[in-house]
Amino acid sequence: MSLHEAGAITGIGETKYLRGTDRTALSFQLEASLNAIRDAGLKPSDIDGLIPYGHGAVAEDFITNFGINDLRFSATTPMGGASAVAAIQCALAVIHAGICKHVLISLGRTGYSGGRIGTRVQQMPQFKVIGEFEMPLGAIAPAQLYAPMARRHMELYGTTSRQLAEIAVTTRYHASLQANATMKSPITIEDHQSSRMISDPLRLLDCSLESDGGAAVVISAPDRARDLAKRPIMVMGLAEGHPDSPSAITQRPDLTTLGLAKAAPKAFAMAGITQADIDVAEVYDCFTYIVMCQLEDLGFCKKGEGGAFVQDGALGLNGRLPVNTHGGLLSQAHMAGMNHIVELARQLRGDADAQVPDAEIGLVTGYGDMGDGALAIMRRA
Amino acid sequence: MDGYDKLVPTPTPETQPYWDGLREGRLRLQRCADCGKVRHYPRPVCDACWSMNMEWMDAAGQGTVHSWTITHYAFHPGFKGDLPYILLTVDLPEGVRMNARARGIAASELHIGLQVKVAFDPVKDDLTLPVFEAA
Repeated sequence: MSLHEAGAITGIGETKYLRGTDRTALSFQLEASLNAIRDAGLKPSDIDGLIPYGHGAVAEDFITNFGINDLRFSATTPMGGASAVAAIQCALAVIHAGICKHVLISLGRTGYSGGRIGTRVQQMPQFKVIGEFEMPLGAIAPAQLYAPMARRHMELYGTTSRQLAEIAVTTRYHASLQANATMKSPITIEDHQSSRMISDPLRLLDCSLESDGGAAVVISAPDRARDLAKRPIMVMGLAEGHPDSPSAITQRPDLTTLGLAKAAPKAFAMAGITQADIDVAEVYDCFTYIVMCQLEDLGFCKKGEGGAFVQDGALGLNGRLPVNTHGGLLSQAHMAGMNHIVELARQLRGDADAQVPDAEIGLVTGYGDMGDGALAIMRRA
Repeated sequence: MDGYDKLVPTPTPETQPYWDGLREGRLRLQRCADCGKVRHYPRPVCDACWSMNMEWMDAAGQGTVHSWTITHYAFHPGFKGDLPYILLTVDLPEGVRMNARARGIAASELHIGLQVKVAFDPVKDDLTLPVFEAA
């Protein structure tokens, strides 16, 4: 029994991404959800499963607003930025079990206009241990907690800040090609190098945005997907992976390995393909370093070789592995990785703003505090 | 109110002895009373043998730098006056790691393997934080 091709993305939806709003996160989440449901050619009341992002709307909000009278399943997958991709596995499991036909995965947030990251993390359950033992020392936000991982990688493998800059520069260029991105002015490696230090070695341009907006996808049973409005995007393989010492990076045996390293072999085996078959990769990019580390943990290069791998425009549209073709969390908007799933579906449908020619197979990752990972590999049907 | 405007821990009955130890100038770690495995941060179960029996031991206070960050941005207003500050990730000879601020160590001295020793910084009446100094 496997979840191989047990479900397909049939609808995608986004709101306009913003930095500044007087709207609520709930209204963004519902708007993005309606857009995804309409994109699939469904009615809101056709949704029979809900996996909303863990910090936001609850199932009751959808039942009430959408007039769903027979909701058969709801859950959350509380893995921070890995939640959205982990939710795809959850959706496929309940579809495969025959519980649901159309599962809505959605997120809405006011990350710019509402509580900022330094405040938000103090309320998140996965930060409980850190909250007692590290925040009182002044290690509060992800930038401060992840910087020692990047520093360790640099000291062990000779990785440089200029290599991380390549990720920021390429991602910004991709954002510049988008209709819906919040940071579109191209940047250079020198711009990155002169951006202010946040928590050494991470500079401002290594860090993702704070954004307002929403994004959503509908996952449908394969037998229903064929009859809907858009070309379905089949899920070939997927898995989630939790790192050692998941609530305290400090205690992790290897600071430079993420939970994704455990998920990747399972997902590739389920998909029946290798890294060389991937045409486009949407890789969770809360920080440039986290992209590089995931490329290693995904098996695109060996541990320690990520810096060299991302150099010389390798992640660009014409590079060896086009990455974050929408501009990611670094430059499009921070939608906790929901926008990465939306973009992968667009690429595989062939109608992305920055289209990779003939993209047939791609992957999307999620990364959540303090190192949870999730991976889904998809193909156009 | 005592005017201390930084984040403070909210100890539980399981973690209180760690904080009490710091106030007494001792770095205390949990050790499994059955298999002897040392663990940090404090928690109820030994992940090696699943015993819930544990005892507190005093760490030797020595350490070796495993990694670090120098933070230049305060994500909480209480830490603004301390910028920039060095946060060390330190291997203890007992087999666990801990985070603490560096005291009297220059950024140019930082490298993996730097020998440090723990010291104690009483930041308010009922709270002492660990710090690391050059050994």
